[in-house]
Amino acid sequence: MANMSLIKNPMPSQDPNVRNKNFDEVALGYTREQAMDEAQRCLNCKNRACMQGCPVMVHIPEFIAEVAKGNFEEAYQIISNTSALPAVCGRVCPQENQCEKYCVRGKKGDPVGIGRLERFVADWHNSHTCDVPPRPAPNGHKVAVVGSGPAGLTCAGDLARKGYDVTVFEALHLAGGVLVYGIPEFRLPKAIVQKEVDGLKEMGVTIATDTVIGGTITIDDLMAEHRFEAVFIGSGAGLPMFMKIPGVNYRGVYSANEFLTRINLMKAYREDSDTPIQHPKKVAVVGGGNVAMDAARCAKRLGAEVYIVYRRGMEELPARHEEVEHAEEEGVIFKTLCNPVEIFADENDDVNKIRCIKMELGEPDASGRRRPMEIAGSEFDLDVDCVIMALGTSPNPLIKDTTEGLVINNHGGIVVNEDGLTSREKVYAGGDAVTGAATVILAMGAGKTAAKAIDEQLMGK
Amino acid sequence: MYRIVRKEALRPTVTLYEIEAPLIAKKANPGQFIILRVDEKGERIPITINSYDPEKGTVTIIVQTVGATTEKLSHMKEGDCLADFVGPLGKPTETAGKKKVCVVGGGVGCAIAYPVLKKFHDDGAEVHAVIGFRSEDLVILEDEFRAASDKLVVCTDDGSYGRKGLVTEALKELIDAGNQYDEVFAIGPMVMMKFVSKTTEPYGIPTTVSMSPIMIDGTGMCGGCRLSVGGEMKFACVDGPDFDGHKVDWDLAVKRNQMYQAIERHKYEETCNLFKKEAN
Repeated sequence: MANMSLIKNPMPSQDPNVRNKNFDEVALGYTREQAMDEAQRCLNCKNRACMQGCPVMVHIPEFIAEVAKGNFEEAYQIISNTSALPAVCGRVCPQENQCEKYCVRGKKGDPVGIGRLERFVADWHNSHTCDVPPRPAPNGHKVAVVGSGPAGLTCAGDLARKGYDVTVFEALHLAGGVLVYGIPEFRLPKAIVQKEVDGLKEMGVTIATDTVIGGTITIDDLMAEHRFEAVFIGSGAGLPMFMKIPGVNYRGVYSANEFLTRINLMKAYREDSDTPIQHPKKVAVVGGGNVAMDAARCAKRLGAEVYIVYRRGMEELPARHEEVEHAEEEGVIFKTLCNPVEIFADENDDVNKIRCIKMELGEPDASGRRRPMEIAGSEFDLDVDCVIMALGTSPNPLIKDTTEGLVINNHGGIVVNEDGLTSREKVYAGGDAVTGAATVILAMGAGKTAAKAIDEQLMGK
Repeated sequence: MYRIVRKEALRPTVTLYEIEAPLIAKKANPGQFIILRVDEKGERIPITINSYDPEKGTVTIIVQTVGATTEKLSHMKEGDCLADFVGPLGKPTETAGKKKVCVVGGGVGCAIAYPVLKKFHDDGAEVHAVIGFRSEDLVILEDEFRAASDKLVVCTDDGSYGRKGLVTEALKELIDAGNQYDEVFAIGPMVMMKFVSKTTEPYGIPTTVSMSPIMIDGTGMCGGCRLSVGGEMKFACVDGPDFDGHKVDWDLAVKRNQMYQAIERHKYEETCNLFKKEAN
C-alpha cells in the first residue's frame, strides 16, 4: 500500500546557526527508515513521467521500487546503469525542474523526493559495498576526454564501460572540474567526487592532471601524435564576466570563480593551506544564480555579513529554491531589485563601499523575463569590504585558438550537432563549453550523448 | 612526476631549477610561463620559463626566494619532485621582424628576459640589453646576456657592480645617443616596467612588458590576473602575459599585486621559522 502522505519526508540538516560557521555538509541524508517510507510514496505509475525530466534517463520508478523493498544495492545498480555520478546528482541536480517536476504526486502535495532517494542509495552503496566491478574487456580503441568535470567524467565512464581505453585530461591538479573548484564542500563533499573519480580509475580510465589541452597538448596532437581515435571536449565555461562599472578592479573585488576556487580547490580557509584569502567583514555578492548562493554561503562561513545584490525580485532568482532557502536560513541578506552602479575604495585601492540603484520590473524581454529598469534617483550605498561577481562566464579561448577548423558560435561556444559532433571529424563536445554556464546534469547528459555517438562512429554502427 | 634534475644556486637567494617535464619542454616558447605547486598544501604560483630543452625533456626556471612558496621550493633537493608543474601557459613573445631592439631586465626578471633576448638575436635583430640588480650579489646570467647581445649595460642600484643607477637612466642614454629601436622589451618588477614604459613613451618607441599578476589556474578561469589595458579588461594568463606598456594601468596593477602582502609576509615568516626549527 502506497504511503499517501502529501508531504515529502524532510531532509535532516545541520542547524543553520551551526552550519554557517563550518564547511561540513549541510544536508545529512535520509536514514534507512526515512528512505523506505519516502519510496513508498511513489505510485510506480506506468507512463513514468519523471523519467522524461531526467537528462540521463535514470529508471526512476524501478530504483524507487527497490528502495521501498529495502534492496538498496539493487536500486544502486539500476541508477548506475544510466548515471555515472549518482552521489553527485542526488545532491546538486535541480530535481524540482526535472524529474520531480513531472511526478504525479506533485499535482496534489509534494512530489516524491527522488533526488533525496538517489542520494540515499548512492551513499548506502558507497558505505556498504567495496566490490570492485570487473574491468570491461578492452576493445582496442583509444578516446581522449578533455576536462574532468561532469561532462567529461560521464563520457569517460560510459566509454570505459564499453571497453574503450580512455584518458581524461585535466588542466588543474585535481580531477572533478566544477565539482571540486566550484561547488562548495558543504553542498558536495569532495570525498564523494574523489570516490567517483576513483571508480573510473578502477574501470581503467587514465586521469592526466596538470595537462592543459590547447597548451601542453593540442587537439590535433591528441589525434595525430598520441593516436586517440576520437576526442570529447568538455572543458567547461571559462572566463568570468564582470560588470562594466567603475571600480571593478579594486582589491577585494573577486569573480565568484576565483573566490570559490581559493576556498574549495585550494582550501584557503584552512590554516594549513598556503593559498591566501581575504577574510572580509561585509560582502556583496552580485548575481542570483546557484554560484552566487555558493559564494554567499562561503563568505558567511568565513565570518562575514553577506548581501546578495540581484537586479530582479525574489521570485525571479535563477538559483534553486533550496539554495535560496538555505542561504536565507544561514543569515544571508537579500537585496533584490537593486543593481550595482559603482564600487569605491580607500587610498590603498581596498574596497569600502558599493553604490546600488533600486530597480523595478517592466515588460517581459526577449528571454520572457520582466526587464529590470532603474528607478531614477534611488541610489544607496552599502558599506562592504568585498564584492563578488557571480554573473556567469564566457567560453575559454585556449582550445578554439589552437584547433584549426573548430567552428564557434558568436557567444564563443563550440558548435555541435545533435550527437555532440563538432565541425571537426571525430571531435565531439558538450557541457558548458558548448552551452555556456548551465547545470551539472545537463553537462552529464551531453557527455552521455557524445559517448554513444563516439561508440557508434568508432564501431562503424 | 616533475623531478628536479638540476638545482644550482646562482646567488644566495636566486636558484635555478631544471625540471623534468617533457611535454612542456616540447611546446614551450620564450615569454611563456608555467604554474607550479611545491606540495599538496601548496599554493599555485606562476613563474616564467627561463629555458627549455625538448631533447632532454626539461624546463628551467630561475626563482628568487621572496615568500613562503619560494622558501619551501628552495629547500627541495635534486631528485625531489614537485607536486605540480603545468604549462606552457600564455602567449609566446612576438620576436619576428624586428631590426633593432633593446631588452631591459630587472632582478630575477632577467631570467625571463634572457630567452626573449636570445630569440630576438636568433631571429636576426641587433640586440641591446640593459640589466639591473639591487647589488652585486644578485647579478645573474651576465655571460649569457653578453654572448647574445650586441651591447650590454649592467647596472646596480648601489653601484657595487657595473654602473650605478637605474635601468631607465641607462636606457634613456642609449636612446638619446641615437639608437633607433623598433621595440623595447621590459621584464622585471612592475615598478621597473612602469618606469621603462614612461621613459620610452615620449619617444614613441613601442614597448612590450611581461606581466606577472596574481593568478590561480592560469588558464582563464579565475579572473584574478585581470588588468586594465587601454581601458579594456584583459586576463594576463590567456591574453598575455605580454602587453603594450604604454597602455597598462600601472597603478592599478601594482596595487592589485600587493593585495595579499600582509598575509604573505605572515606565511613567509611562519615557513622560515618552521625550517629553522627543523634545522635545530
